[in-house]
Amino acid sequence: MHPFVLERPCDLSAVLALGAQAGRNDAPVEYIAGGTDMVQLLQEHVRRPDRLVSLAGVLDDGIEIGPQGLRLGAAATMAEVAAHQGVVEQFPLISQALLNSASPQVRNQATMGGNLLQRTRCPYFRDVGYQACNKRAPGSGCAALDGENRWHAVLGTSDDCIAVHPSDLAVALVALDATVELRGTGGDRSVPLSELHRLPRDTPHLETVLEPGEVITAITVPANAAGLRSHYLKLRDRASFEFAAVSAAVAIETDGARIRQARVALGGVGTKPWRLPNVEQALADKNLEPGELRSAAALAAEGAQGRGHNDFKIELMQRAIVRAVEIAGARA
Amino acid sequence: MPGAISPALAQAAGAAPALLDVSLRINGTEHRLSLDPRTTLLDALREHLHLTGSKKGCGLGQCGACTVLMDGMRVKACLSLAALAQGREIKTIEGLAQGDELHPLQASFIERDAFQCGYCTSGQIMAGVACISEGHAGSPQDIREWMSGNLCRCGAYDHIVAAIQDAAAVSSSTQGG
Repeated sequence: MHPFVLERPCDLSAVLALGAQAGRNDAPVEYIAGGTDMVQLLQEHVRRPDRLVSLAGVLDDGIEIGPQGLRLGAAATMAEVAAHQGVVEQFPLISQALLNSASPQVRNQATMGGNLLQRTRCPYFRDVGYQACNKRAPGSGCAALDGENRWHAVLGTSDDCIAVHPSDLAVALVALDATVELRGTGGDRSVPLSELHRLPRDTPHLETVLEPGEVITAITVPANAAGLRSHYLKLRDRASFEFAAVSAAVAIETDGARIRQARVALGGVGTKPWRLPNVEQALADKNLEPGELRSAAALAAEGAQGRGHNDFKIELMQRAIVRAVEIAGARA
Repeated sequence: MPGAISPALAQAAGAAPALLDVSLRINGTEHRLSLDPRTTLLDALREHLHLTGSKKGCGLGQCGACTVLMDGMRVKACLSLAALAQGREIKTIEGLAQGDELHPLQASFIERDAFQCGYCTSGQIMAGVACISEGHAGSPQDIREWMSGNLCRCGAYDHIVAAIQDAAAVSSSTQGG
């Protein structure tokens, strides 16, 4: 690890004053919360901050369900949220996505805020032995474009970056219209989760819309996302403890065998958590019948671009949507 | 090799930062240490306190050999900075037995021959203890899913699952349910 000064402020205003910046590699100050991703980035010299600011004990870790919906404190752990009775009963998509993430040990340590801000698992980003990574070193190129790109994105890519956003949680949350609450030195603001992450375009080193120093304080999910029939389908190379090759988060309202309304988001295929309004529109008023589902799911491929090894994802993600809708529809 | 860096990177890393006074509570005993802020909990245990039961496999949270309990919950010591573990109650494999009496899961690992080289074993046992206390050891399928954070390169998985099942049965019978 590069040497750093470890700051352990005892309140949030002291934290914010230190001006750390998440989601970019040229910032000299970084936050650490659960640390499950940050310590890896430090160990691998991907992040080399001069100053590391601990968020331990200064952020809300509560989980509340009320008339407004669900509120997850940014410091709540993946394990706490996954096991919360109200989350399991009313927002099972979130619990399911979390239980399909990482390992029990990591879920005990990793926080909600950190999960959304974890960095990509692109091997070229994570290995400083490779020179070319626009995300790590702006302007250096992208080794994945013509490299081993089986794990990479097919949606939202650019000629500068095809790295996948790795979170399962974010895929479930974006399907449920979640919002993130932010606090910075300039005050509080809310941003829809769908707008938190930026597309890579020609600035893949800028991953989020966070201002320097700004932290996620909470995640909220509106009450109208509660109680939907849902399913989180994760397809991966190992049965457990593995990132998604493709995942589909689906929540539907049905009227008998007819879909009234659908929410669909994909993981493992997008440069950010990927919501699919065109597929959702096409699913409305369709019957839970394989042929109808398949033609709606086909719209997911609009604008998809494979780079060779990851071409399989374009077909697989359509099948994942169909399967996830079928499973959600079969739930009582 | 975990922690090993190229000479060029080591040089670029520059001077070591000022040491931090850190107090760690391990297996019921308070230890005062003076640590480089970069020290992980795993390195503090192994290199500073000479509690070498917790193993460094990958150093990146992928293998689980460093699993310890923090406030009763299993975590990866290699992904925890020691200075941020201050104030937490940490239990390692060295704190599991009661004197000469092995923890039931240690005993069942021996009974079931649940290891070959033994390198992953202390992590497997610490994770297994948590797996049982969390109530995730109800079936072999459950155990496999909830032990997926611990890899065994020798492939002793069948015996590890059996050992955890045995110990879970002992624990539920002693708790009357």
